[in-house]
Parts: sequence; C-alpha cells; structure tokens
Amino acid sequence: MSWAGKLLRVNLTSGTCVSESINMQWAKEYLGSRGLASKYLVEELDPKVDPLSTENKMIWATGPLTGTMASTGGRYTVVTKGPLTGAIACSNSGGYWGAELKMAGWDMVIVEGKSPKPVYLYIENDKAELIDASDLWGKTVWETEPAIKTKHQDPQIRVSCIGRAGENEVLYAAIVNDLHRAAGRSGVGAVMGSKNLKAVAVRGTKGVGNIKNPKAFMEATRAGKAVLAGNGVTGEGLPTYGTQVLMNVINEVGALPTRNHQDVQFDGAKDISAEAMATPRASDGKAHLVTNQACFACTIACGRISKIDDTHFSIENKPQYMNASGGLEYEAAWALGAANGVNDLEALQFANMLCNEDGFDPISFGATVGAVMEMYEMGVLTKEQLGIEAPFGSAKALCYFAEITANGVGFGKELGLGSARLTKKYGQPDLSMSVKGQEFPAYDGRVIQGIGLAYATSNRGACHLRGYTIASEVLGIPVKTEPADTQGKPELVKAFQDATAAFDSAGICIFTSFAWTLADVAPQLQAACGDEFTVENLTTIGERIWNMERDFNNRAGFTSKDDKLPKRLMTEAAKTGPGKGTVSGLDKMLPEYYKIRGWDPEGRPSAETLKRLGL
Amino acid sequence: MQKSLHINADKCTSCLQCEMACSYEHYGVFNTSKSRIKVFEFHDTGKKVPYTCTQCAEAWCLQACPVDAISLDILTGAKVVSDDTCVGCKVCTISCPFGTINYVQDTGKVQKCDLCGGDPACATACPTQAITYVDADWTGLDKMREWADRLGNQSSSN
Repeated sequence: MSWAGKLLRVNLTSGTCVSESINMQWAKEYLGSRGLASKYLVEELDPKVDPLSTENKMIWATGPLTGTMASTGGRYTVVTKGPLTGAIACSNSGGYWGAELKMAGWDMVIVEGKSPKPVYLYIENDKAELIDASDLWGKTVWETEPAIKTKHQDPQIRVSCIGRAGENEVLYAAIVNDLHRAAGRSGVGAVMGSKNLKAVAVRGTKGVGNIKNPKAFMEATRAGKAVLAGNGVTGEGLPTYGTQVLMNVINEVGALPTRNHQDVQFDGAKDISAEAMATPRASDGKAHLVTNQACFACTIACGRISKIDDTHFSIENKPQYMNASGGLEYEAAWALGAANGVNDLEALQFANMLCNEDGFDPISFGATVGAVMEMYEMGVLTKEQLGIEAPFGSAKALCYFAEITANGVGFGKELGLGSARLTKKYGQPDLSMSVKGQEFPAYDGRVIQGIGLAYATSNRGACHLRGYTIASEVLGIPVKTEPADTQGKPELVKAFQDATAAFDSAGICIFTSFAWTLADVAPQLQAACGDEFTVENLTTIGERIWNMERDFNNRAGFTSKDDKLPKRLMTEAAKTGPGKGTVSGLDKMLPEYYKIRGWDPEGRPSAETLKRLGL
Repeated sequence: MQKSLHINADKCTSCLQCEMACSYEHYGVFNTSKSRIKVFEFHDTGKKVPYTCTQCAEAWCLQACPVDAISLDILTGAKVVSDDTCVGCKVCTISCPFGTINYVQDTGKVQKCDLCGGDPACATACPTQAITYVDADWTGLDKMREWADRLGNQSSSN
C-alpha cells in the first residue's frame, strides 16, 4: 500500500515520542505529504494560534511515492502555521532526508509543544528519542549535520535542521537538509527555532517494501522515467542548465522583476544566467558551475553545484566558502540578483551559500534587500542605519546583508522581519513586493496575468509553486496561453493549483509536471497503493486539499482583502518588453476565480462546495 | 563473452536509482542501506562516485573464505556468496582490498555484487549511463576514444 502506516508524535514539552497508526481513511482522501499533513494540522490546530507560540504544531511528512523508485520520489514537506504569513505553511524539500524517514518506517512526524532546552530528535528505525542539543545551539546547518553524524558514528544519517536564522526566529528561516536542500519558504525554520528543536536526524534501514503490485509498479515507474527522459524540459533543459535555464527566457518576455519590481527586464540578466554559470571565467579559466546533482530517485537532476571564484572579494580570507556547494537555482539567482539589480554572479552564489549555511529563504531575503535598497535610494534608510551604502546593484551590500541576517547583528535583525513588516515600520508599506506577507518569486505578476492571480490566491502567500502557470503562459505546457490575457486565466490557475496539490501530496517533485500529467502519476500511485487512482479522483483530491487550506486561512482571519497584489503591480505599468504598458488585471480575474472555485464573493468556500469535496 | 560493470563517475547524479534497484532485486524492498552498489558523495568537490565489486579475476575474498562460501559463476564471472554456507566470519571483508564485500547484521552473512546473474539491475536503472554493463575487454575503450578524439581531432594549425 506504500504508506508506512505509522506516524511519530513528539511532544517537546513532556519529552515524549509515541507511535500512532495513520488514519488510512484520510490517507485515501488526502494522499500523503502536503495533503495528509495539512489534514492532520487543520484537525488538530486552532487556526488563531500565534505561529511562534508553544501551541503551534509542525509536521514533517512524506508521500506514498517517497522512498521508492518512482522518479523524484524523495520529497517531503513541512506543514505548520507560518510566522511570515500567519497562513498555513507548507514547504517542500528534496535531497535524501524524506526517503530516509520513509525507510525508517514513518510517513510523518508531528511535533508539538516546546522543549525547555535545545534538543534534537533522533530517529533510528522504530526508535525515537530527544537528545540534548545545547552544544549544537548557535551552530550553522553546515556545522550541525556533521556534528550529529560524528556523535552517532554514522555518516549515513540524514539531517533536517535549522541554522542560526531559525534559532533567532528570522521570519523567513528555512529548514535545510543534506546541506543545501531546503524546505525554504514561509518561515518554517523559525517555528522550529521557537520550539527549541535544532534538528530531526534520521537513519532508516528498513526500506520501503509494501508496494501493493510490484510488477505493475516497476512498469509504471519505468514508463514515467521514459517520459521524463524524452521531454525537452525534463530530459534536456533542466539537467543541462538547471532551473537557471529560465533567466534569459523570462527576461526576454519582459517578466523578470528588477530592482524591487520597478522594472521588468534586467540588463544584467545575461551575467547571472545559466549560460554565464557554464562559461569559463576570465580570472581562473574555470566555469562557475561544477556539476549537476539529483535529489533522491530523481532522473531529471536539475540541481546545480558551483564554486565561487577564489579571488572574489566575498570570500577573501574565508576558505570555508572556496569549496563546491549547492546553487545557483533560478529563484535564488533572481531574488539575490535581478531583484536588487546585482549582476555579480559570484556574489550571488556567496549570498546563496549563506542562505544554505544558516538556513534562510533566499527569495524572501533577496526581495527584502530589494525593498531596503529602494528605501535607501529614496533616503528613507541611511548608511548609518544600514551599516553600508546600499544602492541598487551593490554586490557588497548584498553580501554584507547576507552575513548579518541570520545572527541578527545590527540592521540584520530588521532584515529578518521580511519586507512587509520592514517597509511598514519605515512608513512605506507599498514597497513590499509580497502577498499575505510573503515575497514574490521570480516572475512579474503584472505582465503574466495568470501568475499574478496565482500569487494573489496562493494559500501560503506569494508563491510560484502553488500554480505554476508560467508553464502554460511562457513555455506552452500543456498548451500555450497568452501572458497578457486575463480571460481563461481563473480556470487555468485553478487547474494548476489543484493538480499541483496532488503532485505534492504523492511525494514527488512538481518539476515532473513539465512532462507528466496526472495521467502519468495515477498508474504509479495505483500500483504502489492498490487503490484506484485516476486523473479525475486525483484532481478532486487536489481540489479538496486546496479548499481545506483555504478554509484554514479563512478561519485564521484571512479574507478576500488579502487576495491582492501590491499597488505597484496594479498601477505602475511595465516600462519595457513585450508586456510594456500593462498592469495586473487581478480585479477582472478574482471574482471569476471565486465563482469557478465555488466560493462566495468574500472568498469563502460555499457550504455546497465543502460538502461536494467531503470537507 | 564476459561482461563487466563499467562505471563513469562523471555521469553520476547521485539519484540512487541503482541502490534501490539493487536492494529491490535482492531483497524485494527499496532500501539503499541494503544495496551492494553504493554512491559516495564528496560534497566539497561535487563528485558523486558509484562503487561496487569489480569481480577480480583472482578474487581475494574467494581465496580467503575458510568455508568456501564464495564461488565463481562461470557464465558471468561473478564471485557469488552462498548464504547457506557463509558463517559470517568477515574474513573476506578484511581481505578485499576495495571494501566491496560487506557484512549484513540482519542476516549474519556477507553480501556482494553478483551481477544479478548477468542482467545487473543497477545498470538498467541508471538514468545517465554512469553504470553500464559492457564487454569485459572494452571497459577502458570509451575513455581511450575520448582522448584519441581530443588529441587527434584538435586543430592542426601548427
């Protein structure tokens, strides 16, 4: 049946670890990972709790395909109430940790309460215990993981942990596993820090053996892999160039938000693109990019491993950053680069390494720096306040800010608030490029209408991974729609949102959906789980998850007023590119979106909709 | 004709499909800890290296075994451990210069690559051809060809 059938409930206040059976009815209705963990969270958590209080809960969850040979079957999610947004947070990560948890015999770990002192959770198959982490508190991700492996004399342990950003409750702190894969967004790392939980370390040697129909499963997964290998994006573009293949593409369509969304094209895009990463440097004749890397079970391998130029100012006298490490991916390259007008590739990778090393989200961090640079140029913030001159384009300021954010030194404490709180504090709330407090990713929501609607309605605040309509509006997958059109976009956004929730909940990577539809996923799930899965019932599962998340947010206090884009996207037209002159048509799309979702004009799922979805 | 597993580490992405295929073939579960081929990651350099038994012609493990639990599969050239005979003394793990025969606590026996009887699951599963199963006499020829290309096809302006 492919679920392990067990969850581990950890109470940090009382220090207990208890095994429970998974509610299999819920597993069938919500699949696993994002869906199933969210179901547990909404059933157990008062939506009004303070995200950083003892009452909040956190769930690490795998899906039915996690830990199997299904391509990309290595994903896990962290679900909690997010401190950046106050909405339900669900951050998804790859690497190897998720598969290790599943191989230890667990579908999920639910963490409650707050430990009186720093601890880490150590899981070795059926055994689970909380271990004193006083000696790890104050350490980075890159120090914590090896320290735990050394302590247990086991290099095969996988670690999901926070760095200093999570400890210091940076509101966009990430949880990092395998040194550079992250459950990155919405501040899930800060929740972990607030609970005095440093790490979840796992060793699983039991494996995943309860595949319902092994022969059919091997056939279905093999067929799925052949589809990925034969597809131009998943078989060629992503392995060769990584997600960074998008930098020049998105710049050309005039949707690369630049200098805090003042512009939609960046003249330095080519300097920070995939092509630039692969070109030998003038200084040492070596390319920035060293190699690509897959996550567990992934046959795409989009991950980038790079090495900074030894002579670059950012790593002078810092030999620990002279080795190869993860990055740059497109979102990070955009947020640290174009969003701030910085075109220094080496500086971007340095800032990105710090995000991994100390566990914070490069998207929200980079976008927050963008807002700070704009306020600096306006004279709202000064060199004295910031500790450095910070005009757009300053690689030095970017690197400096990255170094002071996790430990909250000087202005770093304020950077850790995120752009919404920071701009409000200095009287410039319209300069926060965010929805529900979470910063935009790397596509301009006024030029590409569908993604603007997807940002406005995303259940975890602005996010490209909740409904990646860029696939259709730019890349033509599965069909090409025009970026400028608002018509048809509510339907497009809903379709992407629902399908994505199903992909996420299966335990696989959303990047498969460049090549797969749910018709490719269904036979893999069916063979693994034994239940009947079709495109139709998976779509319904996705829609059920979407509405459940929405309902939680509504009960947390969100209304239709929160489904909005910043004034800049509604009133300041794009200055250049194919979308020149356009602003967001959100006002036209949102009522239609509510209607096709079966929600009332206030954005609340109607009784009929809830009933239809079994909520 | 005998065939060999041939590993090109430059092509490995560390997806671990090979480890899952191996454990599934031999134990019926996806369990990387039970795999007889291991991918080693060297984070600081970005290198990923799949490693397993190369089936030495004169096999130290086979010679060292005090109970003759390791035998030659004449068809494939694999040195195969007989679980019925192995007493778990681990002498073979000491004698192997490459560390590719290993003790398994769960079974009390050692395990090593047996080439899956001539159709290695790891090579089939590898998505990047980092692991291939080729004519044993040809294991180095791809590399020779690559170097021949570099040396012979460069511009001869001088």
